[in-house]
Amino acid sequence: MAEMVFQRTKGLQDRPFHYCPGCTHGIIHRLVAEVLEELGVLDKAIGVAPVGCSVFAYDYFNCDMQEAAHGRAPAVATGIKRVHPDKVVFTYQGDGDLASIGTAEIVHAAMRGEKITTIFVNNAIYGMTGGQMAPTTLVGQKATTSPFGRDKNHAGSPIRMSEMLATLEGPAYIERVTVTTPAHIRKAKKAIRKAFEAQIEGKGFTMIEVLSTCPTNWGMSPVEALRWLEENMIPYYPLGVYKASEEVK
Amino acid sequence: MAKVLMKGNEAIGAAAIKAGCKFFFGYPITPQSELPEYMAREMPKAGATFLQAESEVAAINMVYGAAGAGARVMTSSSSPGISLKQEGISYIAGAELPCVIVNIIRGGPGLGGIQPAQSDYFQATKGGGHGDYKMVVLAPASVQELTDLLMEGFDIADQYRNPVMIIGDGMLGQMMEPVELREPKKRNLPPKDWATTGTGGRGHTNVINSLFIDPAECEKHNLKLKAKFDEMEKNEKKYEIYNCDNPDIIVAAYGTTSRIVKTAIDKCKDEGINVGLIRPISLWPFPYEVFEEYADRAKAFLSVEMSLGQMVEDVKLGVNGKKPVYFYGRTGGMVPVPDDIVAEIKKILGGAK
Repeated sequence: MAEMVFQRTKGLQDRPFHYCPGCTHGIIHRLVAEVLEELGVLDKAIGVAPVGCSVFAYDYFNCDMQEAAHGRAPAVATGIKRVHPDKVVFTYQGDGDLASIGTAEIVHAAMRGEKITTIFVNNAIYGMTGGQMAPTTLVGQKATTSPFGRDKNHAGSPIRMSEMLATLEGPAYIERVTVTTPAHIRKAKKAIRKAFEAQIEGKGFTMIEVLSTCPTNWGMSPVEALRWLEENMIPYYPLGVYKASEEVK
Repeated sequence: MAKVLMKGNEAIGAAAIKAGCKFFFGYPITPQSELPEYMAREMPKAGATFLQAESEVAAINMVYGAAGAGARVMTSSSSPGISLKQEGISYIAGAELPCVIVNIIRGGPGLGGIQPAQSDYFQATKGGGHGDYKMVVLAPASVQELTDLLMEGFDIADQYRNPVMIIGDGMLGQMMEPVELREPKKRNLPPKDWATTGTGGRGHTNVINSLFIDPAECEKHNLKLKAKFDEMEKNEKKYEIYNCDNPDIIVAAYGTTSRIVKTAIDKCKDEGINVGLIRPISLWPFPYEVFEEYADRAKAFLSVEMSLGQMVEDVKLGVNGKKPVYFYGRTGGMVPVPDDIVAEIKKILGGAK
């Protein structure tokens, strides 16, 4: 009899992703789902989907889900967690959602130390709406609303959310990871697991920022996009742990 | 329970706690700040949670999350803050979540002022947020009625899985009146088996959502909501008929304005003019039929509001061209006085003779 060596995590529904070829949302979804399954909390997890490319996350994660208005996921998650403090609550948000329209909500959820986990997928562009400039778009990077490349004097320099939130007392754990290689993927999963564990232990707000690719709107092949991320995004958004409270260390 | 003297804003809080409201998310704004202050003080004693949000936008989205998680939840604000909440209210209606929203209306537009007004009537009853949705809007005229309607409002929200708005103004929020917290008539409330509580042993996932990317699906969802709104229209109309047996003219007024109108009615009586009052208590659903029915009894109608003329449009729809409909209002926080209303009535009747 054949031995089962791999199967879809129970954390994901049996549905094909709508993501573009080469987009790393699929990998990140799987990592979150695997962690929830491995921690044995799928039946007590409540996720919040954002507005953006991962708007249909509620169709993919195999747990209770709420779909939030653009940027408001941390406020929605706050409402859920306050009602169910014993449940595992997470938001899954892109950079337009979290770092632009939802900055107030993420900053204050972090400030309050809401015991939730935020998965922040940063691909330096608005994907769903067709490749507009995001607050995370790199200086010089072309987007449909920065057709000549982002001009620092006109649109400012990109925002580093992990660094910014790490200045607050509320967060228990903040780490920036990526998923461009199997080694990075393993590290990303470890970080996501650590964040959920810290939430379950009631230690405070946790966020894992995942640098991600958008081959479609960057106008690159999936492989080119992975290399571009490593060569351009990581230098500006260095990987690493930005906040680990004494209890989490 | 014996009657106690309570300030309107605090009575809202006491009634909400009595009605089993376990979560309040709010943001300070005049003239309703006594309510979040009361909740911050009193909710912990009742095993309930008060949380001050970073903005009205965040507060209404916390309400969305908590309502979606199955809790009895409310928020409150005043006009500019309610404008900020409109995004969330539309999502709450779209995702079919029950909650109670209190608007202690102040003068507008913009930052306006902090004195009493009724100029958010359109916003409350005609949408406010985007999309095809309705919510029950209740307008009490006394602190007692405020607590009665607030407590019933939670049941209405739960029955239909829809937001309910209670509107008042700074006068109602600040005035002290004797009040007795009374349980509303018992309704058959459906279980919240749709709430996101973690799947537990449920065997399926629950999803709270207002996104229907396929237009055919979105239309289907809207029609489902419409059927619900039709039920509300059928079941939830509330109004008071006052002195309408043999009136020369019928005044339409709601909330605190209706009390000023009652004083004007007494003054008119002294001068031999018989004035009736139709007081819509539910501004949506609006009691159109009542106006049509009473159109045969009066020479004319006068809508008196603390606005530049908003409810008057619904009064006209109700009267349906049978009689002339006039308007008198003060705005920006100015309050109509009985003598001016009497003068307006005389002017109309003089002209109608």
